[in-house]
Amino acid sequence: MFEYNFHWRPVFKSLPDLLEASITTLQVASLAMLLGIVIGFILAVSRLRGNGSVYWIATAWVELARNTPALFQLFFFGFGLGALGIHFSPYAIVLAGLTFNTAGYLGENFRGGFEAIPPTQLRAARSLGMNSWQAYTRILIPQVIRIVYYPMTNQFVWVVLMSSLGMLVGYRELTGETQFFASKTYRIFEYFAVTAVIYYVMVKIILGLSKFCASRFFRY
Amino acid sequence: MEQSVTVFSSFSVQDLSFLGEAALRTLWISFLSITIGSVLGGFFGWALYEMKVWGAIFLNPILDVFRSVPLIVQLVLFYNFAPIVGLNLDAFESGLVVLTLYTSALVANVARGGIEAVGKPMRITSRSLGMSYLQDMRYVVFPIGARAIFPSWVGVALGVMKDSALVSVLGYVELVKASQVLITRTQEPLLIILVVGAFYFALSYPVSRYSAKLEKRWSQ
Repeated sequence: MFEYNFHWRPVFKSLPDLLEASITTLQVASLAMLLGIVIGFILAVSRLRGNGSVYWIATAWVELARNTPALFQLFFFGFGLGALGIHFSPYAIVLAGLTFNTAGYLGENFRGGFEAIPPTQLRAARSLGMNSWQAYTRILIPQVIRIVYYPMTNQFVWVVLMSSLGMLVGYRELTGETQFFASKTYRIFEYFAVTAVIYYVMVKIILGLSKFCASRFFRY
Repeated sequence: MEQSVTVFSSFSVQDLSFLGEAALRTLWISFLSITIGSVLGGFFGWALYEMKVWGAIFLNPILDVFRSVPLIVQLVLFYNFAPIVGLNLDAFESGLVVLTLYTSALVANVARGGIEAVGKPMRITSRSLGMSYLQDMRYVVFPIGARAIFPSWVGVALGVMKDSALVSVLGYVELVKASQVLITRTQEPLLIILVVGAFYFALSYPVSRYSAKLEKRWSQ
């Protein structure tokens, strides 16, 4: 039917390498996600409670992260900062770019989560004698987590997919590794087809695990 | 007199028009893929809603592929797949096809949500008032559903606009690719990258702010 001969053997030969690279992808994505959650939380609180420069810095971060392409953000950390004499390794570029992006999106999600909780709850907690820390960790945050859980899962999927941009800054995560092998063997279609399947399976596993965890955590 | 040849020349006014042209290409491919993709996605969303079983078995898994494989992998894959089946597509056409399908996969979910947002009693009422199925769709479901999903549709459209930066991988000279070309020549990465970022930001930020404002007004 086709005049093209598919050669799958080189792909299957390098399958262990691809799978290892997919672990790299998951690692960098998880680290970026964890950092993103912490920074995103700080951004959300600074935008809700902060004033003056704290508020503006947090707002600028969120808006820049949400309104420019992730590729631009990666290039900024890669080439842009290079002009100032700050050189990152490919791994650091990917991590910094993904973290910046994720923190911005999560910051907005968390802010929505906090705003969904009636402010009277915080006042009630405080008047029951809790200090600010207790009120946040025992009353507000557990409820916020429940609200932002699914958006967070989606965000993690996005981070995994976004990490494929590492290919363009020379980082050998799954897509970068695929590109490396594909340009060695010229079996571009075959390699990227297998990579697409690996990504698909990874995303399905993440979504499945997230559903499972949700059914455990949020039982009542 | 010794003649000196300069390899790198500095950023000039002509370069701005080069960037401007590239920006127009970004806008053009985004506009086309968002328009066609939204129409297609609306149709898919309707199909997902109306044909529950067939949609769940066939359509949804296919659309799911576009949502769970990185766009960059989709682009490379399709670009290398097209010649295999005898299609002769250049970078723009392949990019357009992939971006359109990607948009339609994202819009399909949104559109289905829009149809679901129109309450069952309302639809039953319109049908019992003697409206045909098409009239019900046109005069009841569309106005209410479109209003409900407008903000998320804007989010998808802006996302596709930003993701169109990835078509640069195929060699289509849109904004990001043009910036790469200029950076190689002028060796002034920071300036050029900031100009590019500012363009995306100037396009995306007002639109997202406006849609957030509309959302707030409509929800009252």
